[in-house]
Amino acid sequence: MITEFGHFALILAFFVALFQAVVPLVGAQRGWPGWMATAAPAAALQFLLTAAAFLALMWAFVSSDFSLRLVVLNSHTAKPLLYKITGVWGNHEGSMLLWVLIVTLFGFFAAWFGGALPPTLRARVLSIQAMIGAAFFGFILFTSNPFLRVPVPPFDGQDLNPLLQDPGLAFHPPFLYLGYVGLSMSYSFAVAALIEGRVDAAWGRWVRPYTLASWMFLTVGIGLGSWWAYYELGWGGFWFWDPVENASFMPWLISAALLHSAVVVEKRETLKSWTILLAIIAFGFSMIGAFITRSGIITSVHAFATDPERGVFLLGILAAFMMLGLTLFAARAGVMQARGVFGLVSRESALIVNNILLAVAAFVVFVGTIWPLIAEMFFDRKLSVGPPFFNLAFTPFMVTLGLILPLGAMLPWKRARVGRVARRLVPALTLALAVGALAFAMQTGRSAVGPVGLFLAAWLVAGSATDLWMRTQSWGQVTERLARLRRLPRADWGKSTAHAGLGVTMAGIAAMTAWQVEDIRVVRPGESYEVAGYTLTLQAVREAEGPNYTATVADLKLARDGRQIATMHPEKRIYPVAGMPTTEAALDNGFLRDVYVALGDPQAGGGWAMRTYYKPLANWIWGGAILMALGGALSLSDRRYRVAAGARRVRAPAVPAE
Amino acid sequence: MRRLAILLCLLLMATPGLAVQPDEVLDDPALEARAREISEGLRCLVCRNESIDESNADLARDLRLLVRERVLAGDSNDEVVAYIVDRYGEYVLLKPRTDGANLVLWLAGPLMLIVAGGAGLVFLRRRARAAEPAAATLTDAEQARLREILDD
Repeated sequence: MITEFGHFALILAFFVALFQAVVPLVGAQRGWPGWMATAAPAAALQFLLTAAAFLALMWAFVSSDFSLRLVVLNSHTAKPLLYKITGVWGNHEGSMLLWVLIVTLFGFFAAWFGGALPPTLRARVLSIQAMIGAAFFGFILFTSNPFLRVPVPPFDGQDLNPLLQDPGLAFHPPFLYLGYVGLSMSYSFAVAALIEGRVDAAWGRWVRPYTLASWMFLTVGIGLGSWWAYYELGWGGFWFWDPVENASFMPWLISAALLHSAVVVEKRETLKSWTILLAIIAFGFSMIGAFITRSGIITSVHAFATDPERGVFLLGILAAFMMLGLTLFAARAGVMQARGVFGLVSRESALIVNNILLAVAAFVVFVGTIWPLIAEMFFDRKLSVGPPFFNLAFTPFMVTLGLILPLGAMLPWKRARVGRVARRLVPALTLALAVGALAFAMQTGRSAVGPVGLFLAAWLVAGSATDLWMRTQSWGQVTERLARLRRLPRADWGKSTAHAGLGVTMAGIAAMTAWQVEDIRVVRPGESYEVAGYTLTLQAVREAEGPNYTATVADLKLARDGRQIATMHPEKRIYPVAGMPTTEAALDNGFLRDVYVALGDPQAGGGWAMRTYYKPLANWIWGGAILMALGGALSLSDRRYRVAAGARRVRAPAVPAE
Repeated sequence: MRRLAILLCLLLMATPGLAVQPDEVLDDPALEARAREISEGLRCLVCRNESIDESNADLARDLRLLVRERVLAGDSNDEVVAYIVDRYGEYVLLKPRTDGANLVLWLAGPLMLIVAGGAGLVFLRRRARAAEPAAATLTDAEQARLREILDD
């Protein structure tokens, strides 16, 4: 009953989306306020209906309703409740429903907080957003319906893929989708502005919070995914340049470029057409991400044939929205005239360099991702493009970005003199060079990765701190400046926090790449061995029972200089229902290093294969990601967005100031 | 979902295990280091995007043993790679060659950077020379809104 109700709500939402895609748009074109005014309630209704459908599906999972095909394929009564809930999006159909739920959520947000927008722009934005919604509702209903029944319900389900039964991966998709889909809002704003024929500072301010939020969610989502890979896959890799990873990384890069160029539109009314183009492309990359993930086309041209219907449908959606956006862009780009005048050296030009580096870096990732497909289709070469290519072709852009970032971030708008800013950065540069030199002196190998990475990290962190400190703009007492520091706008704090976060992540990546220590050996219970100054003792290997799996658990003692630090329990699990094994590595997390142990197979001559790693600064990678996301959140909470958002509310009667 | 690659690999492997097994490791650390370096650049054929050094699949193990066999036989790194490519095709190379059509792949980034940099420079120069436009004009309604916001 609840299932039918959910299914019905989904179909209703589809029709509401169709209505909302047409009526407000016509109203805006003709200047009919009544028609335009339907957009907001329709957006609210669409969201409520989709939420009802989503909750109905969740109920089916939680109550293990095995008359539903999707539940049979992806759930089991013995599965813990948390994973029954997250299992809703641990599959194609459910994750598409989550996707469309977020599309409508953002539409609802824009309707709710869009009171300050000019009515025609608001109607058009909500219309475009509803078109996106309608396209994906159609996709779900016609190719990937989650509410299909099975004629004969089985007694139990086939369980969720065990790799997905993990907190890191359970919450990775929602964040990623919030990011992907948030970019649909930037797209809607861009297309609506093109129809409107007007892009000004206010537009830059309206579109920026959505871009910032998307970027923030993408950061969290990608961070969670990479953290999961780190502890789950048994050898501590954190990034593989897999096509599916690249699919999430490209929108991240483009949205980072977009949120910087939107600043230029907002502050200086320049870079307008470029910003519009970026907004269109950013959503394009989001949809390419969905397409790559769902169709399997990048894996192999042949995998595409396994589900051509879905792939073609998604490709159709992608093509339609890109054509709509780009055609409008071609027709209207000339209308948008740049206003601001600025010198060759200025904040504007620094942000243009930032955009060039980020956009070209995203382009490199894109070409690398689709190249195997192109080579096979046009040149008849079956080849692979793997991490060695990306490390070589992508890293230089990030290094350059890191080098110029502190300088660019401090340049004043309009016209700047490099010398003046550079002088202020001398202490930061000195510190960074010292850190780099220290790293070079202390390391045993000849690798440049470690010292350069740490130099960049220190440069970024110290540069961000300098930026913040100089913003106090007073040469007075230190205490006075500290007080001013507290009163700086949140956007300034957000900017410095995010930039420092980038540095922290770079430090983690560089240190782990350069100085990781690996040890592979056979260990018998009772034996001790040393890795990077730590002594590990295997005490016992035992069997254990989980709620829906059985496990082999090793008990290890970790000690340094004869002092015990921790006990570690790496596991190998077998999920009998899904028939799949997983490794659960044991980690001893530290600020400066992780010790990482993974249990392997029993050996013929007795003992167990054991992989042990010493991973310096490992947690900095995700710590930096958290800082970046925090920076985004701080910026998002800045007063100027709140002012814009709450502008329509009824004014409170003035209180006499006594 | 994400990381189907790894799922696929896990499904395909016969026994759960770790990538490089202790019994594969060569006694000579220098040779072993070379074998690891070579392995990192070779793709596990039945996985999606993993090197044989990372992969748990049986086929990856066979290739790892083959690499070590060749290293022990005295081949140089390039010779080992050529030996494997002869048998399995260029598909095994994670770092694509820089020949023929692949030049497009390798040069895409640098060329795009030059194009974007050139366009950026032209734009910057034009902006630097442009005359300051007349003060932006706001409609009366916008003026009112602006006052409202500023008073807030």
